[in-house]
Amino acid sequence: MSEQTPYEPRIVAFLCKWCSSAGSDLAGVSRIQYPANATPITVACSGGVSPQYILSALRKGADGVLVSGCHIGDCHYMEGNMHARRKLYLVKELLEFAGVEPERFRMSWVSAAEGAKFAQVVRDFVEDLRPLGPQDKLNAERP
Amino acid sequence: MSSKKRTGVFVCHCGNNIAATVDVAKVARVMATEDSVVYSEDYVYMCSDPGQKAVIEAIKKNQLDSVVVTCCSPNLHEKTFRDNAQAAGLNGFTCEIANIREQCAWVHKDRNVATAKAIKISRSAVRRASRNQALEPIGIGVTRRVLVIGGGIAGIQAALDLANAGLEVVLVEKQATLGGHMIQLSETFPTLDCSQCILSPKMVEVSRHPKIKLMTYSEVKEVTGYVGNFKVNILKKPTYVDPEACKLCDDCTQVCPVMVPNQYELGLTARRAIHIPFAQAIPASYTLDIDACLGLNPVRCGKCKDVCEAGAIDYDMLPRTVTEEVGAIVVATGFDLYGQDNLGEYGHGKIEDVLDGLQFERLCSASGPTRGKVLRPSDHSEPKDVVFIQCAGSRDPAQHCAYCSKICCMYTAKHASLYKHHVPDGRAWVFYIDIRSGGKGYEEFVQRTMETDETIYLRGRVSRLYQENGKIRVLGTDTLSGQNVEIDADMVVLALAMTPSKGTAEAAKVLKIGRDKDGFLAEAHPKLKPVESVTAGIFLAGTAQGPKDIPETVAQASAAAAKVIGLLSQPRLTHAPTVAKVRAAHCTGCEMCVDACPYDAIHLENGKAVVNAVLCEGCGTCQSTCLRAAIEVKNATLLQMNEMIEAVLGY
Repeated sequence: MSEQTPYEPRIVAFLCKWCSSAGSDLAGVSRIQYPANATPITVACSGGVSPQYILSALRKGADGVLVSGCHIGDCHYMEGNMHARRKLYLVKELLEFAGVEPERFRMSWVSAAEGAKFAQVVRDFVEDLRPLGPQDKLNAERP
Repeated sequence: MSSKKRTGVFVCHCGNNIAATVDVAKVARVMATEDSVVYSEDYVYMCSDPGQKAVIEAIKKNQLDSVVVTCCSPNLHEKTFRDNAQAAGLNGFTCEIANIREQCAWVHKDRNVATAKAIKISRSAVRRASRNQALEPIGIGVTRRVLVIGGGIAGIQAALDLANAGLEVVLVEKQATLGGHMIQLSETFPTLDCSQCILSPKMVEVSRHPKIKLMTYSEVKEVTGYVGNFKVNILKKPTYVDPEACKLCDDCTQVCPVMVPNQYELGLTARRAIHIPFAQAIPASYTLDIDACLGLNPVRCGKCKDVCEAGAIDYDMLPRTVTEEVGAIVVATGFDLYGQDNLGEYGHGKIEDVLDGLQFERLCSASGPTRGKVLRPSDHSEPKDVVFIQCAGSRDPAQHCAYCSKICCMYTAKHASLYKHHVPDGRAWVFYIDIRSGGKGYEEFVQRTMETDETIYLRGRVSRLYQENGKIRVLGTDTLSGQNVEIDADMVVLALAMTPSKGTAEAAKVLKIGRDKDGFLAEAHPKLKPVESVTAGIFLAGTAQGPKDIPETVAQASAAAAKVIGLLSQPRLTHAPTVAKVRAAHCTGCEMCVDACPYDAIHLENGKAVVNAVLCEGCGTCQSTCLRAAIEVKNATLLQMNEMIEAVLGY
């Protein structure tokens, strides 16, 4: 794809509906600008994000995957984000085992009131992914 | 791809909000190339009446069975477009929203980049819609009872409105009496009518209302269930006095040997361990403060019990947990003042004649510690120079609270005015940043305080104050004249910031409802849902949600009550059908989903997991836990998620 030159990391961002997606909405309402590299997929809860989704995204050519949920203690589903934290932390180890930089996967906690924080999370992730270059290890085929 | 679907895509310009950065026509063109899409168009305002009519028409004309609207956040118009799809004969759950405004057009400037992202977002919604099932909402029964937490003016108003509408109400108050902070006030702005005179009759009405069950000295400890069917555990702390038997003779306080600061008088006086908060307390009964009491051991003391002729005192009273079933909850847990000890520049709360606003209310109150005379706590002399400092702790993002506490301009004007009425030859000074006096008769009231009551208003902050020769030296600035000001004051009154009460933090935890960055309860939408929490069936009222004055509090409490009445007047409530479903053939009964479910909605039957659809909230934690893909949330299945991931990566 033409957007690959110069290299722009492609990010899939799983945002929970109640906090992080609402936080990204607030970034929009506040017109806070941030890079367009991350395409959001809104899910009910970060706890519902399966490690499989992350691997699937990397396999389909994502350079980075972001999972963002409510702050610990503020989960709309009470404890979903704790499940996410516990489970998805292991993904980092799995990636390392598979020879993929674990930094390609990131979690963040962004509340519905933190539009500016959401923008910053995306900005930081994009900048941190740039030096890693395209993700080729798991990428099955470039579309 | 499933190609059996006939999806229509409707791309909204949102005026110029989307169209300025996203090439909407291109989005519509690209979506038309998707397998499942048989119709696509763009329109300037999809949510307008002609826009919605056009969608209905397109559905009918093209025999669409699913709809994707690419527009603003689903929080705004998902319901609009689902209802609209339903009006055209479709199932609402076949309609998907792609958010290309908040998450795309508003946050990017480059048209090509934004258009490319909008296409990815829209495409993922199209793929999801291509496998959406038509779902019917799940019907659930309703308990026609309401829990109101907090017995201040907000809780009282909500409880009365609800009870007068015929609903049963359980009103829970943490303190031993109803009244909250409002009952502590002397007079109320801008009419200067006496707070007790307008609140006490309402308190009596609550206590006598046949539909209201009043539980004072009680705390909500646990809430389970869901809208329409909450189960609440309430801890009733022992008062050690039977309110039915108590004759209010006051003999017990005459003999009680213990003195502790009186919280109702904000520490300006002392009270006994056995006490009534104030004469008009509801319920009209005494409470034995167990933390202060010498011990419920007749050998050690037992004086109050000996002297009580009515036999109302019972040392064997135990805490009780009461379980109540309710259909809705109103949270009215109120505010606390920002602690004076946080304000080092104003003496850390250690200077006796530096008071907070509520303490000054008590000094002005006819039923207060000084019987309505404004006297200095330190030497009981009449203060002749009183300095009022506004925004103490408010509007100071660097050190204290960033927000404006909203009511302090008005109550400071009231304090200055009351002071001048009590001490006509005294001088009142007010330090202010701005005067915010929006409200009926408010600005006129401030003007009266300045002109008729001759209060000196100085625009500026006080940098420091300290004790010197029995006075309080106030160092400030008058920014209008550019002069430094030094005042030797007899008394200083701080208009402290309003902060969410401790009970508000506790209630938020127990109810699992969100709070904003300042700790106030978060409303579901700042403009369109100001009294709803994000959890269905839980409503907000009063200062627990944000600083506000009495009229606003009453209005919000009545609004919350109206919302509850609306909710509970439905014969049955509906529950979103996007719940988890087990594929029994794949399930091995490993119980991992049972452990993961935050709602205890899954159990095992004959070795296979079964979901209780009424309890399930569709969070998907089970789905991401199951190793065999045997449990999935409807319309967010593994297949759908994978296809959405492919879509955003350009497949």
